Amino acid sequence: MLRSRFIRIPFWLTFVFLYLPIVVVVILSFNDSSNLFVWRGFTLDWYAELAGDERIREGLVNTLIVATGSTAIATVVGTLFAVGIQRHTKGGLVRAFALTPALLPDLLLGIGILSLFSLLGFTLGLYSVLLSHAAFSIAFVTAIVLARLSHLDPSLEEASRDLGAGPVRTFLRVTLPQLGPGIAAGALLSLTLSLDEFVIAFFTAAPTTPTLPIVIYSMVRFGVTPEINALATVLLFVSVVAVLGAQRLTRVTEAL
Amino acid sequence: MTQSTTAGPAPSAPTRRARGRLAGLPFLGPGLLFTTLLVFVPVLLITAYSLFERGRFGGVVFEFTFDNFIRLFDPLYLGVVANSLGIAAAVTALALLIGYPTALMITRLSPRWRTIALIAVLLPFWTNFLIRTYAWILLLNNAGWINQALQALGITREPISMLYTPQAVVVGLVYTYLPLMILPLYSSLSSQDKQLGEAATNLGASPFRVFRTVTVPLSIPGILTGCVFVFVPAMSNFVIPELIGGGKTVLVGNLIRDQFLEARDWPFGAALALVLTVSLLVLLFLQSRLSKRLTDGPGRRRGGRRQAQGQTQGQAVADA
Repeated sequence: MLRSRFIRIPFWLTFVFLYLPIVVVVILSFNDSSNLFVWRGFTLDWYAELAGDERIREGLVNTLIVATGSTAIATVVGTLFAVGIQRHTKGGLVRAFALTPALLPDLLLGIGILSLFSLLGFTLGLYSVLLSHAAFSIAFVTAIVLARLSHLDPSLEEASRDLGAGPVRTFLRVTLPQLGPGIAAGALLSLTLSLDEFVIAFFTAAPTTPTLPIVIYSMVRFGVTPEINALATVLLFVSVVAVLGAQRLTRVTEAL
Repeated sequence: MTQSTTAGPAPSAPTRRARGRLAGLPFLGPGLLFTTLLVFVPVLLITAYSLFERGRFGGVVFEFTFDNFIRLFDPLYLGVVANSLGIAAAVTALALLIGYPTALMITRLSPRWRTIALIAVLLPFWTNFLIRTYAWILLLNNAGWINQALQALGITREPISMLYTPQAVVVGLVYTYLPLMILPLYSSLSSQDKQLGEAATNLGASPFRVFRTVTVPLSIPGILTGCVFVFVPAMSNFVIPELIGGGKTVLVGNLIRDQFLEARDWPFGAALALVLTVSLLVLLFLQSRLSKRLTDGPGRRRGGRRQAQGQTQGQAVADA
């Protein structure tokens, strides 16, 4: 065994590295100074400004619409896809096809979908982002539900059929409940992916309907204001609550 | 449980299999439709565009040509590719250097602290990517905390310009993708048989020798997976070079983005994106092949295969 002090120090340094930027942002969000780097005392002004920012509110609403819509589609379609792949396909071809979107660079998907929509004359807007997000989220839901399916006990379904339940009833009353945690994890992942997704939205959103990440991108690009610190802190808080909640609910880390 | 995952629910007669095909349509149909329309067709379209000429005012003229691929060999673009490869390699090496001891340490924690440490590694990863990038702009700024600390400690008198340099881009990318290195390393290290290390120690090996001859060789599949997971997204990222690199460091991702949104040369952008994607997919394929071969040692074939399968599933999740 390697003496642990040789790895204990790098271990703690890693966590300093991971959390220093986050701590800086949170502290500076309470800084009563328009100069970002000079501490002048505590204030909540930037949060007030954030709450009144029309652009950010619009971005947030757009993001929520896209995320809930695409998650709803991805969860239903992805779950069905996984069940279909496990039950009704022999080889790995359909499976590979279903999971490929998760492996492709988001840049390729972004420009590809942009090219398709422009060829078809499909007007960019919220729908284009929603559909694109659904398309790649399906792969993630399918992957997670497939993993769960491979751990199911087939004898329960056989028992259900032997007891006279039809295929629909067996699916709804026996299979689906067992898949519950997998579906929940898939939906949660799809939601988080969509909330944070930037590259595909960057190519498929209309300038008039930016999602929150696009709004943040333009804010960061065209001058840094302390308001972003407040926004960052709020989003960090939401992520922490979501991750801890997910951990409680589904033990996502075990799946990894 | 003992069946392979692709087999049907029960050994079925041919007639039942045929009926099963049709019954599969409501399940498979929507997924196939979505993935075909919004992933498969767009990728085909990009492939097609890469073989056509650009229009004089942007857009695509449907005349067949290989020019877009020939243009990739222009020293200007080869320079960008070399630059991207160099930066992605540096990012991967640094992430491995930071990630390996961290992952190793996590495997030695008690189960409770192990979970907490893993969540702590994942947490920054689940927070908005742009916010994390922005945080580094604050830190690396001439008036930022790092420069303030360096000056307060008397290490430097004038602030050091760190923002808008290639090194800053490397730091930003390492920060962003570090969890993708730590997680596969952790899963590989934690599945190692502890008795092997103990046996080596009993036979008189020094701790460093155990590390070098037992721990590291057994974790090579994890190292490979982690390296590919970091290298692949680092190659195509265009946001960090722009925000932290100030647009001075141009990577392949930036070039592709610019061809589509600024130069309006879609065919050339498509050719670039296609070559990038194919190289990255080849890398992913080689890694999964190699990992599978390395984990499927004699005597533990089944277990090895199952582990490799679990890893690819985790891979899909982590790749987000």
